[in-house]
Formats: sequence, C-alpha cells, structure tokens
Amino acid sequence: MDRRWIFLAMMLAVGTPILVQLRPTETAGPLSKATFDAIEAMPEGSRVLLAFDYDPASEGELQPMANAFVHHCASKGHRLAFLALWPLGAQKATETVDTILKPFHPEYKLGTDYCMLGYKAGNEGVIKVIVTTLLQQFPTDASGTPLQEVPMLKGVANIQAFDLIINISAGYPGAKEWAQYATSAYPDAFTLLVGTTGVQSNQLYPYYPGQMEGMLVAIKGAAEYEVLVNEKYGKTKAIAEAQAAMRKSSGIGESETQVPPVLQEGQRRMGPQLIAHLLMVSLIVLGNVVYFATRTKGATR
Amino acid sequence: MSRPRLVWFALFILGGIGLAYNAFVRPHGMAQVFVERSEKTYIEAEIAPPIGAPKGEKPTTKWLASGDPALADGTAVAVPDQARVVVTKTDNVAPRIARERIANGEAAVSLSIIDSIGLWIAAFFTLAIFSFLWRDNPVYKFAESILVGVSAAYWMTLGFWATLVPNLFAKLAPETVKAWSMPSLPVDADGSLTPFFLALVPLILGLMLLMRLSPKGGWISVWPLAFIIGTTAGLKFVAFIEGDLMAQASNTITPLVALQDGQLQLGDSFGNVVLLVGVLSVLTYFFFSIEYKGRLGTMVGKVSRVGIWYLMITFGAAFGLTVMGRITLLSQRLEFLFGDWLWIIDPANVR
Repeated sequence: MDRRWIFLAMMLAVGTPILVQLRPTETAGPLSKATFDAIEAMPEGSRVLLAFDYDPASEGELQPMANAFVHHCASKGHRLAFLALWPLGAQKATETVDTILKPFHPEYKLGTDYCMLGYKAGNEGVIKVIVTTLLQQFPTDASGTPLQEVPMLKGVANIQAFDLIINISAGYPGAKEWAQYATSAYPDAFTLLVGTTGVQSNQLYPYYPGQMEGMLVAIKGAAEYEVLVNEKYGKTKAIAEAQAAMRKSSGIGESETQVPPVLQEGQRRMGPQLIAHLLMVSLIVLGNVVYFATRTKGATR
Repeated sequence: MSRPRLVWFALFILGGIGLAYNAFVRPHGMAQVFVERSEKTYIEAEIAPPIGAPKGEKPTTKWLASGDPALADGTAVAVPDQARVVVTKTDNVAPRIARERIANGEAAVSLSIIDSIGLWIAAFFTLAIFSFLWRDNPVYKFAESILVGVSAAYWMTLGFWATLVPNLFAKLAPETVKAWSMPSLPVDADGSLTPFFLALVPLILGLMLLMRLSPKGGWISVWPLAFIIGTTAGLKFVAFIEGDLMAQASNTITPLVALQDGQLQLGDSFGNVVLLVGVLSVLTYFFFSIEYKGRLGTMVGKVSRVGIWYLMITFGAAFGLTVMGRITLLSQRLEFLFGDWLWIIDPANVR
C-alpha cells in the first residue's frame, strides 16, 4: 500500500476532531496532582522562578502548560520572575504575560508582582552561576532596570531565595540541567516542578519525585493540570470581569462566566490525540496481523 | 496530463475555489489581523542623588515616560535640548472587537496589512512543508531553504547581540557599548564604567579558535579547544555525579514492603519491587564480562533477558510519547490553518 494513504488517514484523524471540536473528559493523574499540590502548598506571595526553556517548535505541547502555570501561580498570589535559557523562550514568556497575566490578573504590576529577566546565553553555565549569584548573570532585567531597583527582587542574592522553580522544557538546556545544577547540588534549597515535551519525558521520569516534586508530561499532562487549575481557578472574579467587559463591548447580554478558551488549549488538543492514537494502534495491530498471516502463508507453501 | 499532475491541478483548483469562497462569500472573510496603535513619548531626564548619598555622587540619567510622576514632582528634570523619543506600540485586537471599534470610528484600531500578509506567509510555508508528504517537490525545497537560511542568520545575529556584545565588548569597552547599543548597561557605584581586562582572555582564546580556518595555523585552535573540553568535562562531571549517579542511586533505595500508618501499601510495594528488579536486570544486561555459559553464565543470561524486556518496554513508552508529541505539533498547525488562517473554527470566540 502507498504510505501516503496512511499520511492522509492521519491528517483526517487529527483534522476532523479539530473541526468538530471533540474533547474527551480528562482525569488528573498522580504527576499532575503532585504538580498542582506543590503550587497550592506555597503560601501566598511566595517567590516563583519560571524558566521558559522552549521555542515555537514545541509550543503546541508546552504553551498550554505555561498558561496554566502562570494562571495558577497568579491566582495563588505568588510573585513571578520569568527567565529563559532558550532565546525565544523570553518571547514566549512575554506572550504568556500578555495573554494570561494582563487580562485575567490585572492587579499584577511589573516590578512589584512579576518581573522579566529575559534570555541569557550560557546554557547550564547560567544555572550554575545564578544558584549562588543572580546579579552576575542578570545585572538588569529585560528592560534594562538594574535588578536592585526591581521591588520584588529586593534582597535576592541568588535563586535560592525563590520558594519554587518551574521549568517548562523542550530539551537542552532544560529540566535535566535544572535538576542537575540546582536541585541536586542544593537539595534543601529548591523545589522544582517541570513541564516537558513527550519526546524527552521518559528520560526525566527517574528524577521524580526525588529531584522534581512534580512533572507534567506532554499534552496529556497539560490537559490534566488544566482540569485541576480550572476546577478551582477557572472562573475567578477577574475572569468574570474580563468576560463581562467583552460581552458589553460586543453587545451580547448577560451570560454565565466561562473558563477562558486560552486556559483549555491542552484539553482541546486531546480530541485529535484520541482519534490519532486509535488510528496508530489499529495500524500497528493490522500490520502485525498482515505480517503473521503472510508468514503463516509462506510457511504453508 | 500525467496522473500526479492531474491530482495537483485538481487540488489547486479546489483549494483556490475554497479560498475564494472563504475570503469573499463568508461575511467576515479570513486571515485578517487587526491592531491597535498607541504612542508613548519618552524624555531623557536627570535624577539627582538621593538625600544622604555620598558627597560628589553624580546625578543619573534615565529615559522616563512623559507622564512619569518623577517629572511632575521635580525628582527628575528633563535634560535640556534633548530630543523626545516617540515609541509606537501595536497590540493585536480580536477581529470581532476590532470591527466594532472601527465602526465606532476609533482611528487607533485598523487592519494591519503587514501582519495579515505575515499570516498568509505562515500558512503558505506550513502547506509547503506539508507538501513533502506527497513527495519531494520544488515548493518544499524552497520552504526548506528559507528555513535553513533564516535559522543560520538568526543564530549568527543572536550570537553577536546576546553573547559577544554583553559578555565581551561591554566588558572591554563599556563606555562605547553603553553609548552605542546598551544604554541600560549598569554603571559602578560612582557612576563610572570600568573596563574588565580579564575579558581579554576569552577574546584571545576566541581568536585562537578561529585559527582553525587558517591553512597553516590550525594547530593553534587545539589549545582553546582543550580549554573548552576541560571546563565542560569538569562542569558536567560534578553535575552527573551529584544529579545522576548519587541522587539516582539514592532514589532507587526504597523499601520493598511499603507501609503507611502500619498498613501495607500493595501498589507502592509492587512498584518498588518492579523498580529494583528493573535496575538490577538492566545493569546486568550491560555487564558484558561474563559469557552466558555454565551455571553462573546461564543465570546472568536469564537476568539480562529480563533486562531486555525492561528496555523494550522503555523504548515502547518512548515511542508512544514521541507519537503523542508529534500529533500535538500536527494538531497545532492544523488549528492554525483552520483557525487563524481560514477562520472556519473559532474556539476562543473572538471573530
């Protein structure tokens, strides 16, 4: 059979659920629960360092996690510092702030409640330095303000002053390096949570739960975590106000507050997963049946 | 006309009809980006040293927004004859809201032709890359070449601005770099900028590395290469000992009979046994010093077969996770084509 039929079948298996907006129900697994609980356990106002170590090539899997992480942390009132070891990670952080923090958490002010440290070249070398001296790598924030003048970082000498590190990782440098150079070197100083692509996640499982307290694995992990976050923080006052303002502007009357679509991206992408996986499994089974049938036929001859 | 050409021709005709219908017959068309433009004026201002600052401390200069309270209360004074800088900011606006605001006569909101063209280009390149699924073709080759060229240029530019300028030039000639490209370069406590001449060492090592390109001086590049390998090995060695060897060995040491409040935890106990058997059998599989002969050898062979099963299951899991990742990438691109480009789905209800 021409393999292009399989490509076409896969395209239909992924495309059709998107068009009909198929969305299976998700139930959170232990890793997603551990991630959720770790953020929940932090007292309000905790300092959280978010490392955006990915780029647009993997945003399909990781952006839903980034959105949910930022919304969860902001809903808990944590103070957020964004940095990136991937050049385009800094842009993804800015996008996340624009799509999540600004509309749904308008009380968050730059400098006081969150800050953008930007991208720093140097891979794991950066982590190695900032665990002891933050200023050496980041003398200023991304906009050029000296770090000592950023209110939420007053008195912060290094990243050990952060209560939690969240790393959203697409590869090197990423989750493995944060585990090696931060949590393994200073086991009592850090709590590390990781959101990772499916491709690298099987290499990261051994770090859970010893060196990572929680881990979101691929789009499935993102969808499960979204369910947990949206159950508790999907219809906050700020979200209701943002949606009321939108309805007012478009002349639509009163209606119930909905969980914003941007906070359900992961769950939306599970529909195509379901159908495409069914297709994959069917093809593998069919391939094996054909193989064994052919072999038996050959043996009979 | 050959069969493949006929298929392509038919696809193009159908695609063209679909696009024309989408763009001109449906009420709101497709693939338009609306933006809101806002202008902000910045003024260079002098800020006096705070009360109690050491004698002789110079005032600092900073670019402030024209409405900054420091300018109003006199804490900061605009530098005389300094030109104002006007920054135009554009923010994306959801199409439905943009149409209403344009209808209400808001001049700040408009259709962005350049961003809309960008969206069409993104759609074209997505389809061009997908076309490889049919077979290798010039459109795919064109998209691939553009990708490679843009990536190479991007990484070169990034290397210059993110590494060479802040980590080398700014340390050797801070005054020049501050005036030229990094106005936010932090100054010393006394307001001056002191060159850091130790940065000459990486500069020299870098130049030595470039000698690799020289036909006769290639050997010179071996020295900085040795430095790089040495430092990297040192850095990685400690990290792997701490993060992988020690910590992973420690994580493997778990009780085979897990108890919680005196109660046996069957699931956890089973998991811990599976973990221990897996670690030992896979380690045995990679132990090549004993031939699978004799009593000991046969036993080692049997244990290593268990290790092979563990490895196969691991590879299967890795394959499954990779498939999941790739399907997500495909679904994201299709969401882009159906949503942002064609406007035939609207999960965010913004159009």
